[in-house]
Amino acid sequence: MQEKKWLRYHRQILIDGWGKEGQQNLSNAHVAVVGAGGLGCPVALYLTAAGVGTVTVIDADSVEETNLNRQVLHWQKDIGKPKVLSAAEKLMEFNPYVKIVPIHGRVTEETVDEWLRNADIIVDALDNFPTRQVLNKYAVETRKPLVHGAIYGWEGRATTILPYETACLACLFEEGPPSGVFPVVGTTPGVIAMVQATEVLKLLLGLGQPLFNRYLIYDGLTMTFHTVKLRRHPNCPVCGRSS
Amino acid sequence: MAVVKVRIPAPLQSLTGGATEVEVQGKTLREVIDALEQNYAGIKARLCDESGELRRFVNIFVNDQDVRSLQGLDTELKDNDEISIIPAIAGGN
Repeated sequence: MQEKKWLRYHRQILIDGWGKEGQQNLSNAHVAVVGAGGLGCPVALYLTAAGVGTVTVIDADSVEETNLNRQVLHWQKDIGKPKVLSAAEKLMEFNPYVKIVPIHGRVTEETVDEWLRNADIIVDALDNFPTRQVLNKYAVETRKPLVHGAIYGWEGRATTILPYETACLACLFEEGPPSGVFPVVGTTPGVIAMVQATEVLKLLLGLGQPLFNRYLIYDGLTMTFHTVKLRRHPNCPVCGRSS
Repeated sequence: MAVVKVRIPAPLQSLTGGATEVEVQGKTLREVIDALEQNYAGIKARLCDESGELRRFVNIFVNDQDVRSLQGLDTELKDNDEISIIPAIAGGN
């Protein structure tokens, strides 16, 4: 049984610096994916594929037809079902060796600690700024790495936040954009989710250079990726000197 | 008078006729925003509030440096500087 388990991960175990030890690190890890939509579905899928020991998936919503151009774990038959249950069903069948923890609910200041306290890394796969702010504040307070992603149309962004070492979300944006329905090409969250999942693996394995103080901007129309430098804002209300 | 490139983010591309990068002239960032408004009416209101300051959900980088760590809208520009307008986007779902 042991041999059969490792066979699944054979190709990644060959990676320099990964090996069986790296794989064991992954299986000891707990990653929380907050949001089971356009970003959350592919992130959760690939972390499950890689053998992260426990993947918690949190979302308050149920599957709607307008989700289906991009939320790849939700299928026609799942319309009306809570997204976390739809996601969990597919993830558990995809890799039975990963523990999937679905949480159907909204992350708020009241729920965030109970749901995320055992996570080693948090993935921001949300669709609204106020909840991202709750998540950012919690990650900073608990010093948990936060892998942030956001999309709009053909454009996507990502950065990896290491509390008190790098800029946090509040260092970068004092407030969020006006809310509303916005356009999304399905491939955009697909690309950004792959960036986020890659960052999670790098953090867990201690490999490569994460997007620390680098804000990646992806433009699918011109197929360009460029980064801008971030730095901690000294007066940041969340991680600044006086916070 | 510097000639600079301005990257237009996805949420503002409807104002520039879909252009993702435009060239304008200006000595400072403030002048560049006014120049953008002359060519693409309505863009300034998306970037600045009534007092003329940058909206709190908009960041601007000049050559990958956040202007808040430079001189803000008074940051002086050189030829071929690259300006990235980066408003917060919230999408993920």
